[in-house]
Amino acid sequence: MTPTLTLFLIVSAALFCIGLLAALSRRHAIFILIGIEMMLAAANLNFIAFWRFGAEPQQPTGVMVAIFSIAIAAAEAAVGVALVIAVYRHYRTTNVTKLDRLKG
Amino acid sequence: MSASAFVVIAIVTVAGALAAACLRKLIHAALCLVVAFLGIAAFYFLLGAEFVGLVQVFVYVGAVAVLIVFTILLTRREDEDDVGFNWGGVIVALAVFGVLSWAILKTTSLSIAPPAIEALTVKRIGQILMTDYIWPLQCVGVLLTAALIGALVLVMEEKR
Repeated sequence: MTPTLTLFLIVSAALFCIGLLAALSRRHAIFILIGIEMMLAAANLNFIAFWRFGAEPQQPTGVMVAIFSIAIAAAEAAVGVALVIAVYRHYRTTNVTKLDRLKG
Repeated sequence: MSASAFVVIAIVTVAGALAAACLRKLIHAALCLVVAFLGIAAFYFLLGAEFVGLVQVFVYVGAVAVLIVFTILLTRREDEDDVGFNWGGVIVALAVFGVLSWAILKTTSLSIAPPAIEALTVKRIGQILMTDYIWPLQCVGVLLTAALIGALVLVMEEKR
């Protein structure tokens, strides 16, 4: 028995929701970054799975989208990490609930 | 594509991701994130996209995880490792997972076996990148340059 597309989609949905959990419920800025990276990786897994199970696997569109998406995720991680470090320099904390200077 | 390999990789990946999201110590979470990323790369190999799997290992495990570990090193304060947990996020994440899996399981056209394909070689990917996808490739190059310069500007020490 080979795994079907449904199983891959369930795993990728689980990864997405774990990333969502990390991004929403942790208060440390680096955990939020980890969650966003995990959600992006889950989306990439969906692209590859749909490419492999799709009607025209000879046309590697899904692979191309995944490659570009990985490059963009790397750029996003670099900027996000730089933001965390800049915030730490200003506030001496990475707890996002303490960053309330814009609060009305 | 064997079912046992799928089950093993799925368990390792989801366990690593859960540990990365829920562990108290930040550095342990970052190392569990590496496990989750390696599991996703193994999924790519299982699906026949070897090049994407290698790129995943290079970029995520080699660059992003190391970047996160260095950020932890630069911003670490012992008293801040455990700064609380927001239970509302757990409810939202569980609800989203419920809706997504309900939608996936209800769609019967998704339970298909993979069609047989010839292997996608790196040569073919390179040729397509250099012909059909040349403009996206250039745009990604510009984007990466801009992101790196932006990151440098953000972390540069202000002159006093």
